[in-house]
Amino acid sequence: MPKRTDIHSILIIGSGPIVIGQACEFDYSGAQACKVLRREGYRTILVNSNPATIMTDPDLADATYVEPLTVDILEKIIALEKPDALLPTVGGQTALNLSVDLKEAGILDKHGVEMIGASLDAIKIAEDRSKFKEAMIKANVPVPVSHFVYTLEEARSKADEIGFPILCRASRTMGGSGGGVSYSWDDFDDVIDRGLRASPISEILIERSLLGWKEYELEVMRDRANNFVVVCSIENIDPMGVHTGDSVTVAPAYTLTDKEYQHQRDLAKTVMEVVGVETGGSNVQFAVNPETGFTIVIEMNPRVSRSSALASKATGFPIAKIAALLAVGYTLDEIPNDITRETPASFEPSIDYCVVKMPRWAFEKFPGADPVLGPQMKSVGEVMAIGRTFQESLNKAIRGLDIGIDGFYSEMVATDPGDISIPTSDRLFRIGKALASGVTATEVAAITGCDIWFIEQMAGILEIETEIRERKTLAAIDYPLMRKAKRSGFSDKVIGKLVGEDEMAVRAYRKSLDLIPVYYRVDTCAAEFEAHTPYLYSTYEMHDEAQPTDKKKVIILGGGPNRIGQGLEFDYCCVQACWALSDLGYETIMINCNPETVSTDYDTADRLYFEPLTLEDVLNVIDLEQPEGVIVQFGGQTPLNLSKGLMEAGVPIWGTPADSIDLAEDRGRFGELLQELGVDHPAWGLAFSREDALAIADDIGYPVLVRPSFVLGGRAMAIAYDEASLVTFFQDAIEAAAAVSGHDKNPVLIDQFIEDAYEVDVDAVCDGERVVLAGVMQHIEQAGIHSGDSACVLPPYKISQYHLSVMRRYCEKLGRALQVKGLMNVQFAIKDDVVYVIEVNPRASRTVPYVSKATGVRVAQIAAKAQAGLTLDELGLTVMPDVDGFFVKEVVLPFNKLPGADTRLGPEMRSTGEVMGHAAHFGHAYAKSQLATGNDMPTEGNVLITVNDFDKSAILRLGRELHGMGFHLYATAGTAAAFEKIGVSTTLVARFSDTDSTAKNTVDVISSGEIDLIINTPLGQQAQSDGHHLRAAAIKHKIPLLTTLSAAQAAVNGIRALRKTDLTVRSLQAHHKSMSGIN
Amino acid sequence: MSKRPPAILALEDGTIWHGEGFGRIGDTTGEIVFNTSMTGYQEILTDPSYHGQIVTMTQPHIGNYGTTPEDDESNQVWAAGLVIRQLSPVVSNWRSRQSLSDYMAERNVVGITDVDTRALVRHIRTHGAMRSAISSSDPNPERLIALARASRDMNDLDLAQEVTCAEPYRWTEGKTWWTPADEALPAPDKYHVVAYDFGIKRNILRLLAARGCHVTIVPAHTTAAQVMALAPDGIFLSNGPGDPAAVTYAIDNVRQLLGQKPMFGICLGHQIMGLALGGETFKMKFGHRGGNQPVQVEASGSVQISAHNHGFAIDADTLPADVVSSHTNLNDQVCEGLDAPGYNAFSVQYHPESSPGPHDSDELFDRFITLLARS
Repeated sequence: MPKRTDIHSILIIGSGPIVIGQACEFDYSGAQACKVLRREGYRTILVNSNPATIMTDPDLADATYVEPLTVDILEKIIALEKPDALLPTVGGQTALNLSVDLKEAGILDKHGVEMIGASLDAIKIAEDRSKFKEAMIKANVPVPVSHFVYTLEEARSKADEIGFPILCRASRTMGGSGGGVSYSWDDFDDVIDRGLRASPISEILIERSLLGWKEYELEVMRDRANNFVVVCSIENIDPMGVHTGDSVTVAPAYTLTDKEYQHQRDLAKTVMEVVGVETGGSNVQFAVNPETGFTIVIEMNPRVSRSSALASKATGFPIAKIAALLAVGYTLDEIPNDITRETPASFEPSIDYCVVKMPRWAFEKFPGADPVLGPQMKSVGEVMAIGRTFQESLNKAIRGLDIGIDGFYSEMVATDPGDISIPTSDRLFRIGKALASGVTATEVAAITGCDIWFIEQMAGILEIETEIRERKTLAAIDYPLMRKAKRSGFSDKVIGKLVGEDEMAVRAYRKSLDLIPVYYRVDTCAAEFEAHTPYLYSTYEMHDEAQPTDKKKVIILGGGPNRIGQGLEFDYCCVQACWALSDLGYETIMINCNPETVSTDYDTADRLYFEPLTLEDVLNVIDLEQPEGVIVQFGGQTPLNLSKGLMEAGVPIWGTPADSIDLAEDRGRFGELLQELGVDHPAWGLAFSREDALAIADDIGYPVLVRPSFVLGGRAMAIAYDEASLVTFFQDAIEAAAAVSGHDKNPVLIDQFIEDAYEVDVDAVCDGERVVLAGVMQHIEQAGIHSGDSACVLPPYKISQYHLSVMRRYCEKLGRALQVKGLMNVQFAIKDDVVYVIEVNPRASRTVPYVSKATGVRVAQIAAKAQAGLTLDELGLTVMPDVDGFFVKEVVLPFNKLPGADTRLGPEMRSTGEVMGHAAHFGHAYAKSQLATGNDMPTEGNVLITVNDFDKSAILRLGRELHGMGFHLYATAGTAAAFEKIGVSTTLVARFSDTDSTAKNTVDVISSGEIDLIINTPLGQQAQSDGHHLRAAAIKHKIPLLTTLSAAQAAVNGIRALRKTDLTVRSLQAHHKSMSGIN
Repeated sequence: MSKRPPAILALEDGTIWHGEGFGRIGDTTGEIVFNTSMTGYQEILTDPSYHGQIVTMTQPHIGNYGTTPEDDESNQVWAAGLVIRQLSPVVSNWRSRQSLSDYMAERNVVGITDVDTRALVRHIRTHGAMRSAISSSDPNPERLIALARASRDMNDLDLAQEVTCAEPYRWTEGKTWWTPADEALPAPDKYHVVAYDFGIKRNILRLLAARGCHVTIVPAHTTAAQVMALAPDGIFLSNGPGDPAAVTYAIDNVRQLLGQKPMFGICLGHQIMGLALGGETFKMKFGHRGGNQPVQVEASGSVQISAHNHGFAIDADTLPADVVSSHTNLNDQVCEGLDAPGYNAFSVQYHPESSPGPHDSDELFDRFITLLARS
């Protein structure tokens, strides 16, 4: 069946900001869908609120809307663009839910838009748990049996059907109280009775406990001719109970016989048919009882997902791209396999290697958050590794995580292993410790519920470690042992640690033994057919398949796993660099290990090496490819941290000299440079000891900003207002820097903290001579909040021309002094007419994609070309690009996913993603940015105001404005009194801790739903109980919360604008076209 | 792991592949082939179609889930040897009864592990299937190359006579393949099927039995008259090893039986039927062996993912006008099925009985039952 010709334009919905559980895998899937549908001749209309995405590059769709993902906004876009069809399946749960809402609101029918790729019925069956269960039972597919019961008798009558052990959950209780597991009739009555009593409505849900069952997943596709294929099977190392996104997973499944595997395949096929997924990709999750093999279907997703991105990268079968083609009517046999070229997509990939995926968490950034893993996903990114064996892949995955652990060996954690039955982010490392300390593999498997197969493989790695240790010296490691170690994935670094040598010494010795990796191809077919796509992984085998070319080529280093502070924005820059250098005729080579990204799509660079970003792995590729240059500037801190080692190894690094990067990071050298250039900067000092720190702070005067060197995203950065907090923060900073550098000799920076200043971010491009500002962004929050967590607006709306010209001059001086070639980001603080330089990063910044989308200038591409030697003159960027209207970037924080974490913003970055709102007026742009993060600005209702003493006077004006617009104010005593004086009446609320007051407290009024907007400005570093509870309640009840006065001011502007006129939408293309009219 | 003896695989073209021995320690020879199935090594080893072949598994981890008697596809291991990348150090599966190495040792099968199987597969892909030898007892390269070159050539060889049963017998074992749920109720025996054993797999018998057939399995040499004397409702031609053109007696018998009773052939049985109908077969460069092959059903256009194990195929261009090429491999357009409606006969080159492999083509057994019911 050929493609449909009755539809001409297709609306694609993206997944919005990066949040935990929905990350850049949907940029990958959406970008694939946009590209392929456009290539097929359809007009593509894309909506995504996330400006950091590659999919929203205006080159990828015909009309790109960076607008809030709400029904109202979507209807405006639909009315304007009149698409024939909507593809709801490539933008995660967000797009799927929004599409259902659009359909149910009658908007799709009203505008004649057909939903393709998934029907409303199919989505509803898959998403509605009870409907899903009903459909599965009808089709004889085993699902977990569960019942709501209200009495002990009723519970007893269901017990046999459910089967022991039985999990009991009490309804409407907090934090799982009243829940328990009954293992037999002996404890059944007790468990049930406790649950019924705990529930205020005497209702409990009883279901079969699947704790300890093995978990599997199949990634499947179906076309409209009912052809069905399994793209990949995935086995979780962590048993049921840990979210699959937080599990270490392996592909293919290893502990199933063919009978069991085919049984799952049959079930998956039935599930697809029963749910009614006519075309596209889905995943089906299974739980398998390890004692009996009994298999249950847990859930399915009728759309591409995080695991389908993983499966695509693991097999070379691009699920999202093919799903998009199936949605427009093709069948699998009509679509060619890109890698073999000769064979069709209607086959099942066979993989002759082992893939390991490991999650990356960011608990260190969220003190207080519960580190135990469970059904709620908590990781912020992931790494994938490909090797020929599990041991090799596991070792590669661990070192790819970039967390200072160089592989699986006995010293991954310093402390004792603790209780390994409790799944935490470091459990795998604790398992290693336990095995090394003599706990047997069988015991570990029994305690953890992890399959013995994996544990035994891990034990096997440790046996090799022991063998190496016994040799004592590097020279005593002979060829067979070195070969065995390398084939099991040992890094040079770990081998070095075991015999007391450094990494480069091991490297040299290993090469002298003629042990260098070969590169094998990911070819979808286990070598049955020739692979035409250079998608490669390293392994210690025999016959290299890399076939490097003799073209002029450049290697671009990616960013590795997503983490807070280093995510999608950097992948955007890497992909832009690939495109730009390809334009210049270079063969582009990408090295990266993040399966979620566009950069690891084999379509992006000419050659893809799916490898950890470590010095060893990168040097191996460089040895083979011999590139003209290596670009380290676009992937964030991970590749930058490699630049020193690469330089020492004689690698030609393009762009800004590595020494300049070091200079900008080294506070001592940097301070001297600023002094030399005559650039104002906060007073600072370097502290090597606690005493140093205290002396420096005394000298500078409190408050001071404490920060470790060489860390990302403001890790362990804090503002100290007094000696006590300085001492605490100093210790945190020492530990954070040690985690990155491996030693504790790093100085801690003590900076004067300029309170109550405006902060400004500038992105500039330099060619070594000329420096051109690409975008100037004013932070909406005051200084002191990490730039990555601060909302900002482009162009700045409150900065004078004079300040702008000072900043431009400083950037020019800095760019030249640092010999920047490519991108540079400078952070300024402005206070009392002084412009201070806070920080310079001679690399791509998080704001580059946002600036590019606002200005229409492909900043990262220009920077990449500048690195290749072109001048800004030649590239046509000589003046700062103009901007039409206002572009507000707002951030998204993960607090709702990390119960217990303090929610206040500070110098340490904690946001996971961002959105952009744009409009002709600042107020509208700000309102859109809030809407896009899910904070619908109220235009009427009640506002709760509780501010610290510093902010009391400033809040009065805002309060009066709100009052004037008809809002009613609620305030705590001090604030209320201040309002009283200016004649604004308020409803008095008590502080949460004030148990004596007869008034309702702040948490009560939030919980009761009376409040529509909250302004709460906390003070001081330590979480104060009152503010903490208030903010937690706001997050729980999803009430817009403003924690700084400037954000509150912006919100009031937004509210005023919304009350006057409705929001309008405009595509980036239309926007940039109007801009070119101005310029 | 270090206890394993060094071993060598030698190909007749003189290439040497190093590894470590497992299973029986000793010598073996056979035609080197590869299989891309990621599961099902035990079924593959016991499939008589692999008689005389040394099988290379492309997935590096083999032996993970051990072995269990219920997964045997015949009463012995037929493959001449097994080449893998990493033998599992541990067995993990609730059904497992014995490790793969012990299982092979007990059945006198030589294995070699720690071989760069991907490089080997690429070599076979480029140079074609060829004779080979493994030794884990005396891994001398020259000796092994000579051994490989001295081993018998599979071309023009009738191997079916080496794997077929000695005497006719009735299938009395289970009627469904293993499922973890309760076994389906046995269907009553409605049809008598006589199955030629050219190297039959048990799962074929189970699937026929599950559809109400009582099956008499007869040796490859059984004459047409002897078959007809058993009063069958239908005739089944099994899979098996070797060159189909060499099984001349079977081709003759099938030619006589065609049109008398409904007939269904699989793999070698398909090739024999094709030859009996007047077509020709050819030897493929390295064949199809795996569980992921796309076969298009010509009549409907639908695609089935199927298990394959064949080194020969029918040349569709040589088929007479009354025989239709009914199935096509989408990877290389090889003929994968025949339909001879005038004779009430059909056949497929691949393995609808799977085991190992996907169950997409179960319907072919239903189709045979329909033919039986109609006549």
